Amino acid sequence: MLCSVIPHLPVRGDVDAPLHRKTSPAGSPVAGYYYVKNGYEDAHTLNAVTVVLGDYRGFDTLGETIVVFTAGAACLLILGRRRKS
Amino acid sequence: MTDFLQASGAYVMCFFLIVLGLYGMILKRNYVKKIIGMTIFQAAIILLFILAAYKEDATVPVLDKVNIGSDPDAYVNPLPHALMLTAIVVGVATVGVGLSLLIRVYKGYGTIDEEDLLKEMES
Amino acid sequence: MIEPHPSPIVRLVCRVAARVIQVFALYVIFHGHYSPGGGFQGGALLASSIFLLRWGEGAPHKIWDLPQRVSFAVGAIGTLIFTVTGVFGLFSADNFLNYSALPLPGMSDAMRHYWGILIIEIGVALAVMAILVAIFDQLMNLQADD
Repeated sequence: MLCSVIPHLPVRGDVDAPLHRKTSPAGSPVAGYYYVKNGYEDAHTLNAVTVVLGDYRGFDTLGETIVVFTAGAACLLILGRRRKS
Repeated sequence: MTDFLQASGAYVMCFFLIVLGLYGMILKRNYVKKIIGMTIFQAAIILLFILAAYKEDATVPVLDKVNIGSDPDAYVNPLPHALMLTAIVVGVATVGVGLSLLIRVYKGYGTIDEEDLLKEMES
Repeated sequence: MIEPHPSPIVRLVCRVAARVIQVFALYVIFHGHYSPGGGFQGGALLASSIFLLRWGEGAPHKIWDLPQRVSFAVGAIGTLIFTVTGVFGLFSADNFLNYSALPLPGMSDAMRHYWGILIIEIGVALAVMAILVAIFDQLMNLQADD
């Protein structure tokens, strides 16, 4: 069933795939194009992945850090030493 | 056939890994094997996203200092890379929590086999 | 806890290699603006160097080797650095996590973004390193309890 969708997916490396275009089929600007285009003017950082991660999607990364922190807390709570009663 | 493999073969591989991970998660009785299935599933999803970011003749999304932002088609899409970077770290954390839960279950019931565990819980 | 490895050669190599890995991890974190790298990758590298120290040297004594009581607190500090950096934006009636509002004098907005990204990457690296070490320590502890 999964394989039946393959002919409808964009072929590998297609520059005109909807993810890579300047505007989406509905006419709104696409994020990936904007990030590469304006990343340096906005943050003076050459690595576009760092700009997306730390600046444009900083809230995403903050949530992710909190998830990792919560996972550590859960691990501590699950495996913490039980007091001998 | 060769054209199809070149164009969409990577999708076939990703879907194969997804099905493999689902099989491990659903049908294996050992809980450690279920966690291994979950990591395979994660790897498949990550590969699928990175595959979507790829462009023909494009380079890594580290901009060139000479002509900055002039031609976005020369760089692969940075957005899926950033998303998957967070997904990998979250995946490691979830595997850690899963393993610690498993250790706790093993200490409590002495088994990590699904059916033995269910029998143990009924009795 | 883990015992120190019996062979002195293994201990020496673990010690030296861990320091090399830590230097490389700092390079990955601070050079993340110009080359592939950043907080997550550098944090994972730092954590791996500490795992190597654990395998070779056994239980840690110095605070730099993140003994168990410290590691979780370091993770909290990392998360806090990130959050406080974001809250600076709120104080100057701006968006949450907008680095233009950081109190860094004499800089353009773009340079403030540059430094803001660097600060949050350090926070992310601290959090990832400490939490990975904490999970590792918990798993190892339980094995040694039996």
